[in-house]
Amino acid sequence: MSSFARQVRALLWKDLLTEARTRELLGGMVVFALLVLVIFNFAFDLRVDTIEAVAPGVLWVAISFAGIIGLGRSFILEKDRGALDGLLSAPVDRGAIYLAKLLGNLFFMLVVEAIALPVFVTFFNIGIALPELALIILLGTVGLASVGTLFAAMAASTRAREVMLPLMIFPIAVPVVIAAVEATALLLTRGSSSSRAGWIELLVAFDLIFGILSFVAFDYVVEE
Amino acid sequence: MSVTSLPLANRRSESRWRALAWYDWVLAGALFITFVAALYTAFLWAPTEAVQGDVQRIFYFHVSLAWLAYLSFFVVFLASLLYLWRRADHWDILARCSAEVGVVFTTLVLITGSLWGRPIWGTWWTWDARLTTTLILWVIYVVYLMLRAYTTDRARGARFGAVLGIIGFADVPIVQMSVVWWRTLHPQPVIEEGGLPPSMLVTMLISLLAFTLFYIVVMRQRLRIELMRDEIERLLEEAEG
Repeated sequence: MSSFARQVRALLWKDLLTEARTRELLGGMVVFALLVLVIFNFAFDLRVDTIEAVAPGVLWVAISFAGIIGLGRSFILEKDRGALDGLLSAPVDRGAIYLAKLLGNLFFMLVVEAIALPVFVTFFNIGIALPELALIILLGTVGLASVGTLFAAMAASTRAREVMLPLMIFPIAVPVVIAAVEATALLLTRGSSSSRAGWIELLVAFDLIFGILSFVAFDYVVEE
Repeated sequence: MSVTSLPLANRRSESRWRALAWYDWVLAGALFITFVAALYTAFLWAPTEAVQGDVQRIFYFHVSLAWLAYLSFFVVFLASLLYLWRRADHWDILARCSAEVGVVFTTLVLITGSLWGRPIWGTWWTWDARLTTTLILWVIYVVYLMLRAYTTDRARGARFGAVLGIIGFADVPIVQMSVVWWRTLHPQPVIEEGGLPPSMLVTMLISLLAFTLFYIVVMRQRLRIELMRDEIERLLEEAEG
């Protein structure tokens, strides 16, 4: 294993271990995602004929809102008691820090989604092709988490941490959200598979663009 | 601390930039003349559009503002790249000032567009591809200004701003693409269909020139103010020693 991969593994392990011991994050994210589903139920007063129209939006609002909580914590945790300074002065590649944080965030978001998805399907009483929905959710989550990890690092160093993170993520990640919602909607309404494939390809492209940009930009964000 | 990082030669050229120079007066004069010409041609000289009537006249300003909004954000993008590359404070100041001006222009683009849309489309707002993209563009740069305001450490704020300035601008074509896909049914903007009659084209060009001069004049004065502010901070630090 190269030293870069070893560094990523060690940093990722540290984050997972911290969460396993403190249990601060996952529980909150899961409950929050479920709450969003419940609140939307009230907001739209879901009737049978409107479910397909609103369900994709509800799912992605739940995913992105719960994701914001996790993303925000990932760097605020490091800011407490100057852990980030220690991390940055350690002989670790900055890219490895970004990648480990990204993988950690991705892991937490995917766990939340794995729990929230069955609830979503039950609440909204919909039948779907699960493997393809899983692919769309994975791709959308990668897109949100890649820019989200970068912006979380930035937001943690500003005065209004919790405010700045969603403000930066949502406008920049609009393309990801649009593509994910559209692909999910086409899946629910059983739209043509070619138009669905188009949105999925677009998601892959966005993931690559945002992933590479964020990876490169991270160096500039944490230098000091 | 961070303001004194420039080498001496650079500092001297900066002090030359701070002073009000003869070309500032030339620019201001040219701006005044072209602006009067733009108002005259747009409101009085250009023919009234057959279908839309007088409402169409707002488009001379709307299009000029839109062009300048994009120009301002392109300047933010370039200056951000240059800042990360050369680490000279003046690139950061340029980026920040251009973002401020760009946000004002984008706000005016949205307002003038709404004013036109109400009588012509029958609605203040519609989620058409171009409108949606412009709105997201506006939000991105408002957030950029907030980020700058909330980051107390100056060098850090400059780096964060540069990162958002670059990613935000790179995001624009991506947003545009996804939104166009999402709203494939939207009609092409009226102004792009066929050519404009010569008198309207001339009016359009004069308006473009007037607003571009306006951008240059405003940016120039804004930069002067920021450079003076830097100088004051530097002097204060020296005095406190």
